[in-house]
Amino acid sequence: MFKYVIKRIFISVIILLGVSLIIYTMVRLMPTDYVDTKYSQQLQNGSITQEDISRFKDLYGIGDNSFKGIVGGYFKWLGNMCKGDLGVSFKYEKPVADVISENMWISFAIAFIATILQFLIAIPLGITSATHQYSARDYITTVFTMIGISLPTYFFAAIVIKIFSVDLGWLPANGLIYASVDYANNFAGQMQKLGDILQHMILPIFVSVMLSIGGLMRYTRTNTLEVLNADYIRTARAKGLSEKTVIYKHAFRNTLIPLATLLAGILPSLFGGMMITEQVFGIDGIGRLAYQALKEGDVPFVMGYNMFLAILTVIGTLLSDIMYSIVDPRVKLGK
Amino acid sequence: MKKDNINENIQPEAVNSENAVVEENVVAAESNEGEAGTQVEYVYKEMSPLRAVARRFFRSKLSIVGLVMILFLILFSFLGPVIYDKWGEETVDRTKVVQNITSTRTYTDENGKEVEVYEVLEHESDANYYADPSKDHLLGTDDKGMDVFVRLMYGGRISLTIGFIVVILETIIGIILGGIAGYFGGWVDQIIMRIVDIFNCIPTLPILLIASALIDSWQVSADTRIYLLMAIITLFSWSGVARLVRGQILSLREQEYITATEVMGLPTWRKIFLHLIPNVMPQLIVSMTLGLGSVILYESTLSYLGLGVQLPKAAWGTMIATSNDPQVLSFHMNMWLPAGIMIVIAVLGFNFVGDGLRDAMDPKAKK
Repeated sequence: MFKYVIKRIFISVIILLGVSLIIYTMVRLMPTDYVDTKYSQQLQNGSITQEDISRFKDLYGIGDNSFKGIVGGYFKWLGNMCKGDLGVSFKYEKPVADVISENMWISFAIAFIATILQFLIAIPLGITSATHQYSARDYITTVFTMIGISLPTYFFAAIVIKIFSVDLGWLPANGLIYASVDYANNFAGQMQKLGDILQHMILPIFVSVMLSIGGLMRYTRTNTLEVLNADYIRTARAKGLSEKTVIYKHAFRNTLIPLATLLAGILPSLFGGMMITEQVFGIDGIGRLAYQALKEGDVPFVMGYNMFLAILTVIGTLLSDIMYSIVDPRVKLGK
Repeated sequence: MKKDNINENIQPEAVNSENAVVEENVVAAESNEGEAGTQVEYVYKEMSPLRAVARRFFRSKLSIVGLVMILFLILFSFLGPVIYDKWGEETVDRTKVVQNITSTRTYTDENGKEVEVYEVLEHESDANYYADPSKDHLLGTDDKGMDVFVRLMYGGRISLTIGFIVVILETIIGIILGGIAGYFGGWVDQIIMRIVDIFNCIPTLPILLIASALIDSWQVSADTRIYLLMAIITLFSWSGVARLVRGQILSLREQEYITATEVMGLPTWRKIFLHLIPNVMPQLIVSMTLGLGSVILYESTLSYLGLGVQLPKAAWGTMIATSNDPQVLSFHMNMWLPAGIMIVIAVLGFNFVGDGLRDAMDPKAKK
């Protein structure tokens, strides 16, 4: 087991190197140059010359866009990263690691609540639709959850904003706090602020839960169907156990085994933020920040964010493999 | 191992008996009743695997619904513009529209009386912008005066074409690389699978955004852009197929019929592509159908963000993007709602069909 984990970590490092090389090259080839965008106004005014701009570019480390320049830039970035330094974001003018850790938590809060709700809703739905296979209940849950999978985020968000925010006026559609409200700097003020934040989070959470229930529900349904066909379920029924015990005690626990593999996907989605949802609802989470940075060619931040996601994916995959071998002793790790 | 063998021996029989159709042909005609009584002839027909799959597929209502949805979409977007050619994809309705903008103002005159004044402004726009649904424009026009209904059809063409081509390309790449990795094993497998891992770890949406921005800078024509769009979506989505093919081939490789091909001295490419791959086909077809939905979603997301199909070419994603304007969001739902519904129909249809195919092709399926 220990040897296996060491081997996997070693392979992961190689994978991450490959990922970073591909992303770095593509980001550097991107047309939007941060320095050009930032100083275009001054350049037109004449308060800055083209030479100044190229000097700035060299300062930022993005001046030389030839093959050699990019390779050099990559190794410089890599060297700094090995020392734990992700560089300073051009746009946010702070170290990338700080920007990520400061803005990660709001995305995390939304994703965390959404994930819990998603599990609470999807697993029972999946089990009932499996135990009532081919019944009206099965068809209705399947159709509704599948519609959820098929909806594009931005489209569903637009509908939700139109209904709940514009027409009914129940919930705010943008940002995290009301821009017009001044929060008093005491306990009551902070509580009011917290309440407002929660209110603003309802719609994004609703959207992300609705869109992700389907996958988990289908997964639970398939697993439950498979478990219900197993011999030990027949034995349990033959013993004369009530259907309730059979399903919720004997079948349910075993349906959870394959769910362990879902850990791999959950980790990046918990911490990585949701680019489009955050963009549509105007929430300054890490996903929206990354989208803005990407549009403006902020090389260090885009690199830092993508590597953050890739590392989470690698760790998630490793964890889910280990978890799988723990919950299912029949699975042996490694060759 | 032994238990597995027993199972494998039993299964084909079980499948056969269930898929066989015993047709009772009542041969004896009523006219010659008297002769030998009723003579019943049993004809035993073996159902071909394809027919068995089709039969199981059509048993599920959802897969039929999915199939209808997809057929409707294909007809709508490929045949639709041929039949309904009143407006072209990029034709702007140039009819001048005179709008009366009425505003009310209240004044108080010298006597303290309130006087209401209606101010009527006549505004002539040079094209029929933001028209409501009517006989002329079934779903109205958009902010540029182009017919929404017709653009919906052309958008479908692009989405479906991109979907089909990307899925076919990624399957081909996946089959070749996954097949080689799974068959040869060893260092070949190690190298190919590490590449697959790398592509698997790259966050899809950010990298697609970066790649599209890259294409943006090349200043290519709208048509070339669509091809490049297909190329980048393929480039970042083939890894899943390769992994699936490799996993299947690893287990198939150990089976006896492959030993038989070994004995027969078949060349390697024949073993891989004619004997191993066809046995992965069922899973591949399912993953292709389900993949179609996700490719359509990615394409429309890119178009929504302005990085996919470019105006004036029609795409469902760009049509939904008009809802970013609060005015359009509330008062011109005809501009963005239909496009979203089309995406849902497409993705839902492919998901239903994919699920139906998975159930139908599952060798373990009993019903």
